Amino acid sequence: MSTAAPAEPEKLTKKALISDHPTWCPACGDFAVLAAFFKVLEKLQIPHEKICTVAGIGCASRFPYFVNSHGLHYIHGRVLPLAMGISLSRPDLHVFAFGGDGDGFSIGGNHLEHCARKNPNLTYIIMDNFVYGLTKKQTSPTSPLGFKSKTDPGGAIDQPVNPMKKLISSSASFIARTHAAQVKHMMEMFERAIKHPGFSVVEVLSECVIFYKGAFDDGNPRKGGEFELIEEKAWDDTPEDDARHDVTSEADAYAIADIQYPGKFGVFYQNERPSKNTLEQQGIDASREKCAGADARDLLKKRFALMK
Amino acid sequence: MSSSPIADQKPSTTDATTSERKEDINNAVIRLAGNSQDGIQTIGGLLARLAGRSAQEVMTYMTIPSTISGGASIFQVRIGSGEVLSPGDDADFLIAFYQDSYENHISTLREDGVCLYDTDHVEPDLTDSRVTFVGVPMTSTTIEAIGGSARDRGKNIFVLGLLTNLFDLQREKLVHIIETQFKNKHESVLRNAMLAFDAGYAYQLGDIFNRSYEFHPGEADSEERITTDGNTALTYGLLAAGVRYGAGYPITPWSSIMEQLRSELPKYGGIFVQSEDELAAISTAIGCAYSGHLAVTGSSGPGLSLKMEALGYASMAELPLIVINVQRGGPSTGLPTSVEQSDLMQAIYGSHGDTPRVILAPKDVEDCYYIAIEAARIAREFSTPVVILTDQALSSRIEAFAEPDLSGVVTPELDIEPRDEDFKPYPFDAQTNHAPPGTKMSGGKYPVVTGLEHDEWGHPSSNPEIHQKMTDRRRDKLKRLATSLPSPEIHGAEEGEVLLIGWGSTWGPIREAVNAARGNGQGVSAIHLRHIHPMPEGIDKIMEGFNRFLVIEMNDEGMYGYGQLATLLRARYANPKIQSLTKCDGIGFKIREIIAAIEKSGN
Ligand SMILES: Cc1ncc(C[n+]2csc(CCOP(=O)(O)OP(=O)(O)O)c2C)c(N)n1
Ligand code: SF4
Ligand SMILES: [Mg+2]
Repeated sequence: MSTAAPAEPEKLTKKALISDHPTWCPACGDFAVLAAFFKVLEKLQIPHEKICTVAGIGCASRFPYFVNSHGLHYIHGRVLPLAMGISLSRPDLHVFAFGGDGDGFSIGGNHLEHCARKNPNLTYIIMDNFVYGLTKKQTSPTSPLGFKSKTDPGGAIDQPVNPMKKLISSSASFIARTHAAQVKHMMEMFERAIKHPGFSVVEVLSECVIFYKGAFDDGNPRKGGEFELIEEKAWDDTPEDDARHDVTSEADAYAIADIQYPGKFGVFYQNERPSKNTLEQQGIDASREKCAGADARDLLKKRFALMK
Repeated sequence: MSSSPIADQKPSTTDATTSERKEDINNAVIRLAGNSQDGIQTIGGLLARLAGRSAQEVMTYMTIPSTISGGASIFQVRIGSGEVLSPGDDADFLIAFYQDSYENHISTLREDGVCLYDTDHVEPDLTDSRVTFVGVPMTSTTIEAIGGSARDRGKNIFVLGLLTNLFDLQREKLVHIIETQFKNKHESVLRNAMLAFDAGYAYQLGDIFNRSYEFHPGEADSEERITTDGNTALTYGLLAAGVRYGAGYPITPWSSIMEQLRSELPKYGGIFVQSEDELAAISTAIGCAYSGHLAVTGSSGPGLSLKMEALGYASMAELPLIVINVQRGGPSTGLPTSVEQSDLMQAIYGSHGDTPRVILAPKDVEDCYYIAIEAARIAREFSTPVVILTDQALSSRIEAFAEPDLSGVVTPELDIEPRDEDFKPYPFDAQTNHAPPGTKMSGGKYPVVTGLEHDEWGHPSSNPEIHQKMTDRRRDKLKRLATSLPSPEIHGAEEGEVLLIGWGSTWGPIREAVNAARGNGQGVSAIHLRHIHPMPEGIDKIMEGFNRFLVIEMNDEGMYGYGQLATLLRARYANPKIQSLTKCDGIGFKIREIIAAIEKSGN
């Protein structure tokens, strides 16, 4: 069937990863997220065919079309359970899920909670623009109070979700926050997320230039804002280290998550508990050992004998 | 009219003889009525096991209370040496543990039946001359036998001992089954069980009841038979078919399938995920399907509704997926522990848009195993979602059947061989062919699977011509499946007056009704659909041999007077002679209800 099976794995280049030209509006924040993602993949040299990008529905969720890799564009809000199925049944793959704030925190909110708790090995990148982009400016679960949208012409009245707090309380094992205007920081967060064993989430503040222009200027020094980084503990026994952030402490993570908008950027929390992949595999190994490597036919035969 | 063969052989109760009389019987319906904590299911299950081992035919009928402990519970076992197709219209024996069990079930006992009751709890109306009453102090004798503990646990086993004696069952085999059953419990549990069993076995009914029974020897080859329930059969069918991944969310009566898959799959190197809800469950299963594995999800009525959007995705993306729906009484939470067949339209037409998919229904417990294998074959070959519509009655009913031949067990393979430059997942002129992730793409272009309308390469397209052609393609591939299916077998003659048409668990009662009607010289035959959507070809040919048609199903006749399958058949064949027999009382069809409807249909 195949025409060529190269002996030497080909080097993964950004060029090979580029697919169709993205259909996002010019200057949409999501372009920068895509560019940073390409660079990280190139740096990490993941085998091309092992990259799997999946998404729900929304502007951000068009992501898989713009990456030349195996991919799947799913339904609104359900990308995480889908990605979990891929990760658990194909531990050889690198699974990346993408989506927006509506997809992840509203219609998919419950799945986010449970995916975090279950901790499958995959990376989830949320492009949070504080608005529903694809459906043209309705209030999103992260829209700030007072935001004027087509569903709240008088300004949003419902308390927004605090994504970091939601993720911490759901026991996500890697939680980071970054800004689409800070490419280097974004890349660093993506890389650490990818290297984390288990469920890693990165929230990227990514501006919708059409429906919520200027939303993240406060976090962008070029627009007069401030991009304040989380200073992580160096564990160097110095007095300065006391004040630094312990990424393994939920209490510390909550404290940063409580800081007024635009807040801080970086890794809020990281905990290397075993992934669901590892735990399920342990279950498989234990069962296989118990039945001494019996094949399906032996197993069925034995079971039927008990039914006689 | 009683369908019970015992009725024809009953001894005259006015017979003056006092010596014990042994009767040869073909089959008996024994209904045990008590509370769920009495272990009614245990006796029923043990009897069914024994019958299976003794080459007897066996069929059970259970009602399980929704509450976990407490609440009325019944278990009905029909044991026989001929063909046993339904749980039986009426009971030949009623074992009543309590006053309310007696009061609620005495009407299910046929005339001249036997009511065996616990004199410690039941005061029957002894003036009722319809039936024979036999009082046994079940509770106090059990307590005495076990050693004076105030607890009466074990009276189920006492009753089992009583029945073993009464029906001259194979004591040795039964004792062995009991021992296996209690193998993993504390030894005192087995000891008490055996004390109770022996007390029941030794109990002399003598003076009050001078009959005992003996089944005709069974005809089936007992060595090769297994005894189990429909959900278990379905579970092992999936395993034999090479299904290794799946996800689900608990709901009665689906749960026992997912529980068994969760503990069995790791032995086969697979994984079953307990999801947070049904939307997640089907999504996880679709993730596994996209990854190159045939995957399973399942639920009961309300959960199937929740899966609908994603099920539409599976049709659009053309992914192989098995969706099990163990139907129960609806709508809404409905009757969670009763049987109904009201999800047919939902299974076929649920979800938005035109979403062709395959619907199969097993006809009995044995068929639950084979339907899983057939579902897997179709899902793989046609790269399509397949819904299996089983039901509450099949889920928990225990039957004995021939041990499945394991030579066809499927070892699943992951196909990630590199794909050529001209790779097309959805060619217009050939079968769907996905390249799962991990597949090297020689042309350097990687596929993205999508729920948007797409062209042959899977690229999103809203071109009107493409949408029409792709809609045709998704429909036509299942029409191709239809032409490859065997046309249904006729039970009875190829020509006659009435053709009964059924699907799912009504198979047994319909077949028994046909046998009874034919026995009375009526021209009645039946066909049963396992492949419901698409239907096999040839049904119209079969119909040519009959004057009228009666579609029998457990759902409502709706606004226009026809059940769900009847509506489909009328739409397909536009034949006004298609009539409908429906019911929604949460209980399977009785033979006499079908016979009555056949007669009425001629008027
Ligand atoms: C079941 C369902 N409900 C609603 C929609 C319509 N819909 C599509 S995207 C979207 C919201 C997108 O917002 P977000 O997730 O924030 O992504 P963005 O477009 O802002 O990147 C909605 C409501 C849908 N596709 N499916
Ligand atoms: S609508 Fe907003 S989020 Fe969507 S592509 Fe345009 S700028 Fe980006
Ligand atoms: Mg958004």
